[in-house]
Amino acid sequence: MMRLITSGAGALLGGLMMLAGVTGPAAAQGTGSATLDAVKTRGQVLCGMSGSVPGFSLPDSQGVMRGLDADTCRAVTAAALGDAAKVKFVATTTQNRFTALQSGEVDMLSRSTTWTLGREGNLGLMFAWVNYYDGTGFLVKKSSGVKAAKEMDGATICVQPGTSTELAINDYYRLNKMKFTPILIQDQAEIQGAFLSGRCDAYSTDASALATFRFSQGPKADELLLLPDIISKEPLGAVVRKGDDKWFDVVRWTFAAMITAEEKGITQANVESFLTSTDPDIRRLLGIEGDMGKALGLDNKWAFNVIKAVGNLGEMWDRNITPMGVPRGINNLWTKGGLQYAPPLR
Amino acid sequence: MADTHADPRMSSARSSPKRSMSFAWSDPAFRAIVWQVLIVGVVVGVIWYLISNTANNLAARRIATGFGFMDRIAGIPIGESMIPYNPAEHTYGRALLIGVLNTLKVAVIGVVLATLLGTVIGIGRLSKNWLVAKITAFYVETIRDIPLLLQLLFWYTLLQGLPSPKQALRIGDAVFLTNRGLKLPLLVWEWQHTMVLATLAVGLVGVFLWSKHAKQRQDATGVRPATWPIGCGLLIALPAIVGIVLGAPLEIELPVLRGFNFQGGLTISPEYFALLLGLVVYTAGYIAEIVRSGIEAVARGQWEAAGALGLRSGMVLRLIVLPQALRVIIPPMTSQYLNLTKNSSLAVAIGFQDIVSIANTTLNQTGQAIEGIAVIMAVYLTISLSISLFMNWYNAHIALVER
Repeated sequence: MMRLITSGAGALLGGLMMLAGVTGPAAAQGTGSATLDAVKTRGQVLCGMSGSVPGFSLPDSQGVMRGLDADTCRAVTAAALGDAAKVKFVATTTQNRFTALQSGEVDMLSRSTTWTLGREGNLGLMFAWVNYYDGTGFLVKKSSGVKAAKEMDGATICVQPGTSTELAINDYYRLNKMKFTPILIQDQAEIQGAFLSGRCDAYSTDASALATFRFSQGPKADELLLLPDIISKEPLGAVVRKGDDKWFDVVRWTFAAMITAEEKGITQANVESFLTSTDPDIRRLLGIEGDMGKALGLDNKWAFNVIKAVGNLGEMWDRNITPMGVPRGINNLWTKGGLQYAPPLR
Repeated sequence: MADTHADPRMSSARSSPKRSMSFAWSDPAFRAIVWQVLIVGVVVGVIWYLISNTANNLAARRIATGFGFMDRIAGIPIGESMIPYNPAEHTYGRALLIGVLNTLKVAVIGVVLATLLGTVIGIGRLSKNWLVAKITAFYVETIRDIPLLLQLLFWYTLLQGLPSPKQALRIGDAVFLTNRGLKLPLLVWEWQHTMVLATLAVGLVGVFLWSKHAKQRQDATGVRPATWPIGCGLLIALPAIVGIVLGAPLEIELPVLRGFNFQGGLTISPEYFALLLGLVVYTAGYIAEIVRSGIEAVARGQWEAAGALGLRSGMVLRLIVLPQALRVIIPPMTSQYLNLTKNSSLAVAIGFQDIVSIANTTLNQTGQAIEGIAVIMAVYLTISLSISLFMNWYNAHIALVER
């Protein structure tokens, strides 16, 4: 309930912070990155996430934030500060997330956010990497008898406002000359409740979130059907502000390090045994030779810290997404038919 | 003290002594000017700092600014709209206009209904009937104590518990109540209907003029001519005759279950209904107290004196009590109308697309946060000032003319 109120206020607060300019970039010094300097001084990475999407970011029974987005935050924190525990999770809504990032309320955003031209061009943001290649899907009740998206002419669809899903559905219906009635509710729990109570014929968002939502329904999951149609490309990624390229590099190469680790078979458990490796790629990755970390303004053991904290990209997937019953598909490594491909670390 | 005219108050040409302002701190006039210049300077400086700082920060973060987005194709879906809207061809400007209209739709109808309900409950609290007095008191005390947001979510959840379209609650083949809203038959609107409506407006003006004339006659002769035959003629017979002569078709469009939902007819969505219900029920609680206090503010002696003059109870209320009660009622009532309008922004919580909801979506899709919030503020300011102006005019209109 409170989230509902704070989300609107959050956007306003962000706007006000921008007005007051309390977080104007400090003069370049040290690493040459205002954000990285601020992070080091603060001893904390402020990471914007949702906090309410199973598989991406949701506190477990111990109150520990779990999920792919949460682990992305941890990985970047481990790279920047050497200790993943120094991450501070900041809950954001679909509506206030960009303002929070723009105004400096958070250092980065890892909140199932789709990489689009508009967001990079208009919002002053940059997408450092994609942690989930997703697409818009539809979740319906089996009792409705709908089997494909094309059968949904005239349907009422529950969507969260301010998302790229909103635009994707609109495009899909326009393309297929069909009509729909949107029900736009900001709060995740409210909109899911509206769908379950039958206010909408379908609930639409990223297929990943639909799969995890369906999974979270427990025994009732069988009453829900995820339609096979994926109507748009939704690459979800980690976002930073424009104008701080050094910080952008830190976030981008953290992903590259996790992918390289997976390519080389380095895991959270066995990373120490690789410290004696003779493979030059591994030696550079783990900071034994070359000054890769220094080039980023970090410790040379940055990638070692990342792998020690969250493991490689595959481990992150297995830990968070596999339990939700979603196959890795195109999110696999390029060597296994997926899209994740890291440039060389040298 | 020979010359009494030395006293300047006694001189025929009284004028304050001319005194040039000295630029000394001991001169009050000079001090006042210095303070005013300083304060205005500080205010202007702070505003200038905020604006320039914002502009610099926006530029530093490479965020586009300006209202150019208003002319861009919106592409955002909108659930209910009073004017035609197609996201593929209409602009953000039109989307925002729809938001304003939706806010007004809630605010105007909400204010009318809340006033009616609040007045009934307020009078109910003064009732000599124990049950009525207690029930209305219970209503006021309960409703005022629960946050409006909770009430809205309560009503919305309640409406979602209604059956699905396939098991709709129905009255014949015309009215259906489902979790998709209330479906009503709709008159297919033709130009003849517009003419009938125009005739009705003319009739209203006629009745107003006639009652003015009747009052003049009453003042002059003491006999009031009957007004109701003329009223009936102008308001019922005349529009009916116009309708029949022009041959206004009475084609009714019925809602029909097709595919997922009912098609055709008039729809009152659960989102709109929950918001309206929540606002009306909540605000009526406050209005009831205002009405009660207003009536209780009229001294008992006024009722008795009016009775002693031989006035009927209806006339006592209309001529003696209400004019005095309204003086007390109107100013706080204005605040309640403003509150209701502003509270309608809670629509975001239950998915009704008012100006806040649409502006929020717009600022999210375009990234123009400051412009979007400026639009929201301008809209509420305009609506609120209009309500205030009207209510102040009305307050001045009904104020007792003191002689």
